[in-house]
Amino acid sequence: MAEAKREIVRPLSPHLQVYRMKASMATSVLIRITGVGLMSGFILFVWWLLAAAISPEYFAFVNGIVTSWFGYLIFIGSLAAIWYHYLGGLRHLYWDTGKGLDLETVDKLSWGMVIGTPVLTVLTILAIWGI
Amino acid sequence: MRFITDRKTANGKGSAHSGTHEHKDMALTSIGLAFLMPTFLFIFGRTLGQPHEVVVATFGRPIPAIVTGLMVFLAMRHMMHGVGSVLADYTRGTARRLLTIFVNALAYLITAAVLYALIRMAH
Repeated sequence: MAEAKREIVRPLSPHLQVYRMKASMATSVLIRITGVGLMSGFILFVWWLLAAAISPEYFAFVNGIVTSWFGYLIFIGSLAAIWYHYLGGLRHLYWDTGKGLDLETVDKLSWGMVIGTPVLTVLTILAIWGI
Repeated sequence: MRFITDRKTANGKGSAHSGTHEHKDMALTSIGLAFLMPTFLFIFGRTLGQPHEVVVATFGRPIPAIVTGLMVFLAMRHMMHGVGSVLADYTRGTARRLLTIFVNALAYLITAAVLYALIRMAH
């Protein structure tokens, strides 16, 4: 009965190396990458918040790391990732209504995400600085 | 040609065994986050770089604390489904099971850590 135990190795999806890259596919793959990447900014924030709750001394240590150029690099990257993921999510909610699924609209929405991300990122930074 | 009958795909909760729960929960958490995230970004952005007393005072107030707690609770639920789909696509067998447990544990740990920090700073 050795044959019955043999594991069926099916191909894993999505087949990134098989399909030709298009705007819709590139923007979709990037939603996943930004989503997973956002864990870094999230963990940095949680560490900082937890440090503030624990003690002023521990906060000083963590705050030094979080507000260094490296911390700001992660936070600004995360901010752009949030807006990209946000716009991608809105696109999914729109698609869930059954609309906007034709190629022309999908392409337009893809470009909307690519252009909207830096615009919203800059606007958020300006809003935080109080301009 | 379809090798699976309509009845088989639609029977009970279908081949996923959980119906459309994951899809619906993803949509619902994203709607919640669409409102909470901009508010949170503003609160956090304004507080980042401030001295310790200001940080504790800000997150000790009701609105920043509730927005932060709710955002983290929904974001971690959203993350569990999202990373769950990534694992379903690229991993299999024991590796998938262990990674799923790890990711879910991390999500609950982060939620608990944030709620603990907010409760400790509440005044």
